Amino acid sequence: MPETFEVVVNGDVVRVEPGTSAAAAILMAGHGACRKSVGGEPRAPLCGMGVCFECRAEVDGVRHVRTCQALCRAGMRIITDGI
Amino acid sequence: MGSERGRKIVVVGAGPAGIAAACAAAEAGCAVVLMDDNPTAGGQIWRGGGGREAAQWTARLEASGARCWYGACVVSAAGGTVVAERDGEPMRIEYHELILATGARELFLPFPGWTLPGITGLGGLQALARGGVPVRGKRVVLCGSGPLLLAVAAHLREHGARVEAMAEQADFGRLVRFAARLVRWPGKLAQGLGLQWALRSVPFLTGAWPVAAEGRGELESVLLRTVQGTRRIACDWLGCAFGLIPNAELAAFLGCRIEAGVVAVDEWQRTSVAHVFCAGEPTGIGGLERSLTEGQIAGWAAAGQETKARALFGRRADLHRFSAELAEAFELRQELKELASADTIVCRCEDVRRRELAGYGGWRGAKLQTRCGMGPCQGRICGPACSFLFGWDTLSGRVRPPVFPASMGTVAAAGERQRREARV
Repeated sequence: MPETFEVVVNGDVVRVEPGTSAAAAILMAGHGACRKSVGGEPRAPLCGMGVCFECRAEVDGVRHVRTCQALCRAGMRIITDGI
Repeated sequence: MGSERGRKIVVVGAGPAGIAAACAAAEAGCAVVLMDDNPTAGGQIWRGGGGREAAQWTARLEASGARCWYGACVVSAAGGTVVAERDGEPMRIEYHELILATGARELFLPFPGWTLPGITGLGGLQALARGGVPVRGKRVVLCGSGPLLLAVAAHLREHGARVEAMAEQADFGRLVRFAARLVRWPGKLAQGLGLQWALRSVPFLTGAWPVAAEGRGELESVLLRTVQGTRRIACDWLGCAFGLIPNAELAAFLGCRIEAGVVAVDEWQRTSVAHVFCAGEPTGIGGLERSLTEGQIAGWAAAGQETKARALFGRRADLHRFSAELAEAFELRQELKELASADTIVCRCEDVRRRELAGYGGWRGAKLQTRCGMGPCQGRICGPACSFLFGWDTLSGRVRPPVFPASMGTVAAAGERQRREARV
């Protein structure tokens, strides 16, 4: 069993395994969406491989990070965009 | 071409084609830099592992001496220099030969409700699951087209997902003809039969596709059009994609000739631009073996090892025939052009609906007037969709820097390079 660690999504603590994407952490925290669209709709990951930008959120203070491409690090703080 | 030790070769993309190219070029004595946007090597097919073949290639890559830079996103390239961004910082790498192994992405076609959270690509859902998105016990429907359908279904079931149905848009007859022709490629036939057996308890619908997704704020069910009529299936995840399309933006930006949506190459995998090679899916969708073979040819050729490259020409020709069979079997049906209603969002970045795009004669006009394709994905999702729906050319001669969204610092660094070259 690999050693797990904690990340924080919108203030909620989530325990993840190494290799977990920030997008997965958002979904594991019970947030079904990553961002709000131009028209105000909730949006969540589509392509899963860094192309579509639907999974973008704030990671450790950097906005518009593609969370499907960002691997969780211990203590990482993720904030969904407008959700 | 001529062999030359110490020749600098940059390979963009660390999927199978890029790994194979980097191995060949580095083993020939060249100074190789392999770069990829993803956090690790392997591309999409070997994301999060990939079994024995992946492990063998990764070990060969490590032993080859090629330097690998992951999390590096190429934003521009010109005149012997690649500009990339890593951790928000610009980086420049000079090359004598450049090998593009930028892979493919999935083709998404808009249908009512497709923007709901819970709807992903096929390979997209697999990639997300590999990144830790929980699928155990979840109800999953998979639809779209191509061999990925079965592969993803098997993978998700192994991880505990309840795959409720698979819907392939191609008709049963086409699939039977395709299966009959697979006898020429016993390995691929065995792979297909193995997947069929593993998935024998999952309904596999042919001539079926999604007509709408429903849910309040997130996916609750999907409506499938099937040969027996319309069927509603409740689900937590809907993985849907209509095959693969080449990531040809960087090649188009460099001025490489694009023909019918793929990067044109000669027998050495050379593009129309001097010192720029291309291998794998951008030259035509064909899968893992084609990518590995073309990657090696490009790597040997870029290193000046013509004999080693030529030894793989026969194998490549055979795999190109397989690509042609794939394209014919899974050709998209015309009905899919009518899936998006007037109110359906086509461009997800800018929330542009189909009715707003009516009346434009081409991609450029639609972009300027509606902002379709002007968001962060730079038209990578809606461009190919518009190309299928309206027949627009969304690639040739229209790619401008930065090729991928980047910080202002990186854009400035790329621009500075171009200005200096303009003065020379």
